[in-house]
Amino acid sequence: MSQELVKLTIEGIEVSVPKGTTVIEAAKQAGIAIPNYCYHKSLPIAGVCRMCLVQIEGAPKLQISCATEVAEGQVVSVFAEDETRARSSVLEFLLINHPLDCPICDQSGECELQDFTFDERQGPSRYNEFPKRYDPSEQFGDDIIFVPNRCILCTRCVRFMDHAAEDAVLEVGERGDRSYITMHADAALNHPWAGNVVDLCPVGSLISKDFLHKARVWELDQTDSVCTGCSQGCNIHIDTRDELVVRLRPRENDAVNKFFMCDEGRSNYRWLNGGNRIEAPLLSEAGNLVASDWDQALARVAQILKGASGKAVVLASGKTSNEALFFLKDLLGDFELEAFFRNVRIEGEKPLSGVPGLALREERVPNGAGARLLGYGDSFDGLSTAAVFLVVDDDLDGIDSEMLAGAEHVIYAGTVLPESARGADVVLPLTNVAEEDGTFVNRDSRVQRYFQAKSAPGMARPAWWVFAELLKELGRGDGVGTAAEAFSRMAANVDAFEGLSYDTLGTAGATIAHASSVVAQ
Amino acid sequence: MGYPHKPDARETVILSEYFGDAGARTHAGWVERGGYKALKKALDMEPVAVTEIVKESGLRGRGGAGFPTGLKWSFMPKEKKGPHYLCCNADESEPGTFKDREIMRWTPHALIEGCAIAQYAIGAEICYIYIRGEFTEPLRIMQAALDEAYSEGVLGDNAMGSGKKLEMYIHRGAGAYICGEETAMMNSIEGFRGNPRIKPPFPASVGLFGMPTTINNVETLAAVPHILNRGAEWYNGLSLSNAKSSGSKLLSVCGNIRKPGNYEVTMGFPLKDLIYDLCGGMPEGRTLKAVIPGGSSVPILTKDEAESCLLDYEGCVEAGTMLGSGGVIVFDDSVDMVYQIMRLAKFYAHESCAQCTQCREGTAWTVRILERILAGKGTQDDLDLLLDLADQMTGKTICVLSDSCAVPVVSGITKFRDEFDAYISGAREPVLTHG
Repeated sequence: MSQELVKLTIEGIEVSVPKGTTVIEAAKQAGIAIPNYCYHKSLPIAGVCRMCLVQIEGAPKLQISCATEVAEGQVVSVFAEDETRARSSVLEFLLINHPLDCPICDQSGECELQDFTFDERQGPSRYNEFPKRYDPSEQFGDDIIFVPNRCILCTRCVRFMDHAAEDAVLEVGERGDRSYITMHADAALNHPWAGNVVDLCPVGSLISKDFLHKARVWELDQTDSVCTGCSQGCNIHIDTRDELVVRLRPRENDAVNKFFMCDEGRSNYRWLNGGNRIEAPLLSEAGNLVASDWDQALARVAQILKGASGKAVVLASGKTSNEALFFLKDLLGDFELEAFFRNVRIEGEKPLSGVPGLALREERVPNGAGARLLGYGDSFDGLSTAAVFLVVDDDLDGIDSEMLAGAEHVIYAGTVLPESARGADVVLPLTNVAEEDGTFVNRDSRVQRYFQAKSAPGMARPAWWVFAELLKELGRGDGVGTAAEAFSRMAANVDAFEGLSYDTLGTAGATIAHASSVVAQ
Repeated sequence: MGYPHKPDARETVILSEYFGDAGARTHAGWVERGGYKALKKALDMEPVAVTEIVKESGLRGRGGAGFPTGLKWSFMPKEKKGPHYLCCNADESEPGTFKDREIMRWTPHALIEGCAIAQYAIGAEICYIYIRGEFTEPLRIMQAALDEAYSEGVLGDNAMGSGKKLEMYIHRGAGAYICGEETAMMNSIEGFRGNPRIKPPFPASVGLFGMPTTINNVETLAAVPHILNRGAEWYNGLSLSNAKSSGSKLLSVCGNIRKPGNYEVTMGFPLKDLIYDLCGGMPEGRTLKAVIPGGSSVPILTKDEAESCLLDYEGCVEAGTMLGSGGVIVFDDSVDMVYQIMRLAKFYAHESCAQCTQCREGTAWTVRILERILAGKGTQDDLDLLLDLADQMTGKTICVLSDSCAVPVVSGITKFRDEFDAYISGAREPVLTHG
């Protein structure tokens, strides 16, 4: 697409768009959403649903706006009689076979057929014969159920599997009104990225078993976030109902994940709802951990840090925010510091082969790049001796209480208390990624914000707040009230983040200017 | 020699000259009958000059659309970034049409020669002849002729000793009417489901395997050698009515007629004479009721309209129909038009590729309404509904299959409304029990 602009008029509104844009995309700039089913920005154009028909002045017949490129001086009409009637007629045709089982359909509330039927004020159908009916449901993959009766044959799923996943398991069988989506008897819809067909399906024909009957979508709150599954950093929505995360969905970001996320990332949310959380600061009293409050806990940690000197070892989880990692390093600046983050690597990338630059990466933590940037290494290989051993939400895998005894003082900040951490001097309750605001840096040096989706349990606090408070306790700084403030403090001190702020990052993120300082993994 | 009838004196026997003459099937037999002279002549000319001759001849596409052939050829880009293709559309499936079948059965080398000339003219080193899967006999004959054309050096790396490369392959269809639509055919040849593609891009820029491609009908290509042999002026002069339609046309006549078969006449020949003189008129005691002159996709003509219709592109449009593929279906007064229209609609409903909503659902819905009427359960509202559906099925889809389904319904209801009314009012006994 070139930068040469083309001027056209859509429903009387003049817009300028780059040459090569389709009418349907140009209409969005005029604030007009042209109804469509088969069209999806991420897929090859099929032009089959015929829902997006518009009138283009001078054309002998209605044109599909998804496949028509803009032209200079083009005059497009979307809502005049002919095209409205054509769309209304397409709906009537589609509703011949589509059951109106919205009350029991998972898609209800986010169904494009439902929305447009409302928009077009579709009256009763003139079709009074029997609709075509199949078996109510079919298992297409481990998590994907196909409800053929609801299918409107837009072929988005087929095109996703053909062109994005490049694993052509789905196809249209038969012809005419007997046609249906099908696959070979030996095939299964279990591609590592197959779950995207559920999002792509405009109706409730492809649904997720995991989400089945879990909630009505209008009861959900959606929060912008970043997937914690790997270093790709796919943008996601966290959908919560009350205080429970019920599903993760991909969020459009052209620079990172387009419209997609992998199935591993999608299913990786149950830990966010875990009930086994540390809910209060705990202090060691005569060998036992005793619940306390933040004032006392912060004072105890400050006292330990003031009284100790020599070597300090930090082991942070790969899910720790940049802000927390920054304050933490500052906090232990007077020590002989060995800072590590816990990396997780699993052999073998799982790419979405039709979309370059998108894969489930080998590095299975979201903020490895951020940690490296802030001076944390990933070669932690056990603990020998240290004055202070500070852990941030690591499960202490491979570190037993005997090893921990090698440290004079152990401070454990985290969400869940591992058995071996029961010998810690202080335990601080932290929020998880769904309960705080923060940023990660993905493998392509893109700084991305994630937002709080649910409230924290008990007294748990974001790690960046805790470490900033500790600095304050030590008489260094005033603490921070918000993640935005924490980020700007970091941006003022770390070159890589210079000039960035929560406002400039927005929801899409931004790439670090000093990218060379990041060790890409 | 004619087959199965002796040609009438009023026929213009060009393409059908050797129909029934099995000797014309071999390479030697074809050369004996003057074959491959035109190809030799073409290979000695500049490709552009060949296209010019075809342009001047006024030859238009015989597959149905009637697009000027030379003009189509000239759309092919001259620059090459890869192979260019010619596809010969031998997927003759239009109900009522069986002319290409006879060309392939009796004069396979005529088609090969026509293809080779066209290939040379448009710079396509590769040609695919896409033959309808059900055409087992034509397929066998074509394959034998093609093998011989290679072994005799007509085709190959050094076609007719000219040093030019001409490759030709036969691709057998698998039984889908829609594969006769040129873009669906390209998908089918590429190994995909035969779904029509969105145009633009047009095949001349992005066609088979994404390369520039021209698609021509069998009859069109078979006419090319004759044009080269006898000159554009001769061909252009073959016109009885409108000068824009020239040459001869094979008409496949079927239905309620005494002598069904293929008849070759000059463009502009009166339909009335074809039916009553050449084909021997109606069966004993019957009278003409209706005619579909150009294959099932064109509007039906009433008796009066048919009897004044001239068989060329313009004459048919004037009569309110189209010349189409030249499949003339004749109905006499014993025919139940409602049933016939339902039967045609059923064909389209069966063959819809299922891509476009209007076609997938509309064709099947149309059949159900027609069946309901035939079962005596129709209402007057059903007729309005049929016309409304037809309107929504026309001009709104990727290809014209859904338009083709709507055509007989609209012309049928408009011209034979009393027959529909008879079923609806109960004046006529239902012929279907379901519906």
